[in-house]
Parts: sequence; C-alpha cells; structure tokens
Amino acid sequence: MLENKKIIILGDRDGIPGGAIEKCLENMPLDVVFSTTECFV
Amino acid sequence: MDLENQKRVKALAEEHGKENIIVLLGGADAEASGLIAETVLNGDPAYAGVLTGVQLGLPAYHVLEPEIKNDIDPGLFDENLSMMEMVLEVDEIVEEVSSIRKQFLGD
Repeated sequence: MLENKKIIILGDRDGIPGGAIEKCLENMPLDVVFSTTECFV
Repeated sequence: MDLENQKRVKALAEEHGKENIIVLLGGADAEASGLIAETVLNGDPAYAGVLTGVQLGLPAYHVLEPEIKNDIDPGLFDENLSMMEMVLEVDEIVEEVSSIRKQFLGD
C-alpha cells in the first residue's frame, strides 16, 4: 500500500524516531517527502 | 502535534494531493498516535495550529500496524523496529489509530 506514495513520517522521540522508519523504507518504490521526530514534553 | 509540522504537512498536502500521501506515525502510545492521526485527518483537536478546522483527510497509520509492517522488508524491520515493537503497547495503538481512520475515512 506504500508503493508509489508520497510518505510523511512523524516519528516520536519516546516511541519510534523518524530516522528508524526511514531506514525501513529504503529500496521501496516510494518518495519520503518529509520526515521528523516529534518530542512531547 | 508540533505547530511547525502542521504547517509542513498542510503545504505538502496542497503540493502533492491528499490521494497520493500516506502519513506514518511512530508514536509512543495510543493517545499520542491517535491525536496526530486525528490532526492530519480531521484538523487539530487542540485548536492551536494551522490545521485547526482543516480536514486534510490524510490516511495515517502507525508504522507497527499490520498493513504497514507487512510492506516492510523483514530484515529492515528486525533491525530498526522490532525492539520498540516489544516495548510499546502495540494492540492499543493499532486499535486507536485504526478507529480514528474508520471514524474520519470510513475504512
């Protein structure tokens, strides 16, 4: 379902950071257009 | 959801079209994940950011939901996500995020 989609990644510092999600999508036919890691204080 | 990120998401939805976008969440718990899912689907429930009253209708999934997990290479999943899958309350997160999708997208 991710194929050929524009992906927005909203990671969480206390959960799964954006960078970890990005690494999982490597080599997939999709386009990560924004990736960040939010911090809830 | 972070106010600056609301601006970025709104601009990206306008640029690429909501039908082409999927939002992936890494939230630590059901409440945090649900709030972000609601924000990108139906507007900011905290009435704080630019998405207040803006129904972008972007499909949001937590990265540990089966629909997403099954798309990810198992080796990369093990390397990057399996540890957090053991720590987080995955069932609660899945139930919350999927129910919000159902509420606002009907699926």
